[in-house]
Amino acid sequence: MAAITAFDEMFGSAGAYGGPAGPLFTGDPGAAPAPTSITAAYRSIQSWLDNSPPALMAARRRQAELFFRRIGITFAVYGDPDAAERLIPFDIVPRILARAEWQGLEAGLKQRVAALNAFLADVYGPREILRAGIVPEDLVLQNPGFCLHMVGRKPPGGIWTHIAGIDLVRTGPDQFYVLEDNARTPSGVSYMLENREVMLKLVPELFNSLKVAPVETYPEALLEALASVSPRAGGVPVCVLLTPGRHNSAFYEHSFLADKLGIELVEGSDLFVRDDVVYMRTTEGPERVDVIYRRLDDAFIDPLVFNPSSMLGVPGLMAAYAAGNVTLANAVGTGVADDKAIYSYMPDIVRFYTGEEPILQNVPTWRCREPEALGYVLDHLAELVVKEVDGSGGYGMLIGPHAPQATLAAFAAKLKAQPEKFIAQPTLALSTCPTATDAGIAPRHVDLRPFVLTGTNGTHIVPGGLTRVAMTPGSLVVNSSQGGGTKDTWVVDE
Amino acid sequence: MLSRTASNLYWMGRYLERADFTARLIEATQRLAALPSSYGGASNAWESALAATWMTHAYAARGLPIAEAPVSEFLTLDPSNPSSIRCCLDTARANARSVRTALTEEGWEAINSAWIEISRLGVHLDGREALAPLLDLVKHAVSAFEGAAQRTMLRGDAFWFINLGSAIERADNSARLLDVKYHLLLPRGEAVGGSLDYFQWTTILRTVSAMTAYRWVYRDSVKPWLVADLLILNRQIPRSLASCYDEIRRHLDLLASNSGKRGPAHRLASAGHARLGNTDIDAIFASGLHEFLTKFIVDNNKLGEAIAEQYLF
Repeated sequence: MAAITAFDEMFGSAGAYGGPAGPLFTGDPGAAPAPTSITAAYRSIQSWLDNSPPALMAARRRQAELFFRRIGITFAVYGDPDAAERLIPFDIVPRILARAEWQGLEAGLKQRVAALNAFLADVYGPREILRAGIVPEDLVLQNPGFCLHMVGRKPPGGIWTHIAGIDLVRTGPDQFYVLEDNARTPSGVSYMLENREVMLKLVPELFNSLKVAPVETYPEALLEALASVSPRAGGVPVCVLLTPGRHNSAFYEHSFLADKLGIELVEGSDLFVRDDVVYMRTTEGPERVDVIYRRLDDAFIDPLVFNPSSMLGVPGLMAAYAAGNVTLANAVGTGVADDKAIYSYMPDIVRFYTGEEPILQNVPTWRCREPEALGYVLDHLAELVVKEVDGSGGYGMLIGPHAPQATLAAFAAKLKAQPEKFIAQPTLALSTCPTATDAGIAPRHVDLRPFVLTGTNGTHIVPGGLTRVAMTPGSLVVNSSQGGGTKDTWVVDE
Repeated sequence: MLSRTASNLYWMGRYLERADFTARLIEATQRLAALPSSYGGASNAWESALAATWMTHAYAARGLPIAEAPVSEFLTLDPSNPSSIRCCLDTARANARSVRTALTEEGWEAINSAWIEISRLGVHLDGREALAPLLDLVKHAVSAFEGAAQRTMLRGDAFWFINLGSAIERADNSARLLDVKYHLLLPRGEAVGGSLDYFQWTTILRTVSAMTAYRWVYRDSVKPWLVADLLILNRQIPRSLASCYDEIRRHLDLLASNSGKRGPAHRLASAGHARLGNTDIDAIFASGLHEFLTKFIVDNNKLGEAIAEQYLF
């Protein structure tokens, strides 16, 4: 496995962990490097780590695990019966972003999500971007995420992706990249909220020395965004959260959010459609539903229109949706915008709709559907990351530098057989953060998923987001389904 | 409230109650079986325990001997016995998990932590030493849940459906327990069998944790008709049939006060409540205790069905 030299958010370089970084790491306080502008916010963290004996850190980690287990915050891993309800590892060292850094990201996120919404409205409407030749027509119209039923439709409020999760990675002091857009049903926000609760209980003293922006307003912002797109004027809109049920990997999050929002957590069988109006079955008879925050994929929401064998959906839901009697959040068909092949056009998409230069950078991407790019990718496979265009969760992905020769050869064959299904990117040296491991504090690679809420009342982003951390030394895969963990993310005033 | 949520809460209440009852039943049976036979240490104590949980046939199908170790394992940890404590907690937690939003954090934690502990245990009971802490765990968990619910839950449909489920289950359990021993519960004035039966009667009282209560209520030695009176008609004992029906009626009324709607479940509950109010223990013995209990169990099940139908479970 090739070692990757990465930017460390606390020390500037990962070498510091083994070298003259600080008393915790070498026992020599005088040798600590002068903090740069990035590490300034980390000074409190460093001294906190320095002043926490290993036994205390171990006790805190045990306490955190106990806390998570007791509240039942679990995540199922498909295909692993022993881990039907597994805890996502939680790291007790927070990840720090300075307010100024965050403000830059925030502006970029707003711009990007505005462009995603405009793109969706356009491809299901006038298709100007296709006619202008910015994005190839076949890439959109033949995309598995493109939903024919949505052509010509305009969701209430004209908003398509009410809740977007934009995955960001950092490679240097000022280099952030968007790794992917999640415009369908991004998950993880419950961890953002629970991680903060655990940290407040575990290390209250750290919150005294640092001014950390609160994240607890997320449920309220989400509820406001959902209510703002209700199709019925007047009255209090009835919002519900539609879950596939308790066997879904993210069920905990669904129940957690419904609880925090104060809305019913419904399964498909709790809803029915009569005369194109959606109702839920209650102990007092049917109650009309206005907005459905659905955590169920497009393919399952209505067996009459999509997958006919789906037991999870609601027959007639799409008819009610088309009649404008109910709002689905996110809208149906948003998958066409977070496809990894479309991703490579995002800078152009942002320019096309906003008339501005993109604030957030894209990772350079080779579209294997283009013969020239495919040739390059095949020649440099061992240096690249290759992803399926419609994949998610880190499944079916190749990390060239970490792959044995046989895997590379097998992947090359797959690429040649169906090049249009893949994109390739350079292997990014994801930044590292200090992380508590069994062997002490060590650098681990991280990413960041902020959650962007859009309603007719505007766009709202809770400061920070979910930091995912690859718990295996050197690993670049942060997905929870692949053994990744999470950290609390602190946007800190300096 | 969603009908599915109401159903899950109601059944969660029932399963927790059943787990608690089974734990108490095992404790009392252990005590009875340990007595020398000259004191009535019945060799059939474990048979009665199976009968009281209506598991006689299911257990017989396994061809295992009727003795403490295999029976208590069957009633506690056996994953293939749907009424074992393990399965009750599994189901209660699964129901709680799918309506996590209807419970408070404390209520959920009480169930979840008991479930975590019991899922750590294998399917085999590690001797008698393992049994006592397991039974304690269950009793504490159910108490902790009820306490948490009492202290933290909104007084609304969720709270009432849980209580309704536990009251229906409790009534069912008490009636079954009495019915298994009905031949030992003789009417006032009958010649009683002396000390032999004394321990059978006190086992019944211990199963429902009413031994001390008995003394306080009757200030008398243990008489079989008074044991029956206590568990059927005494409104001070939370596990008596009359108390359970007080509870059932009260929670159905609260549900109705919220929705303004009454239905067949309310009528059946009132009728059941009235039947217990308009009789005394002598009349029950005169018409046959076994017949009375059998009819009670059937009616109680009908009420359960009426609740499911009325609230669209």
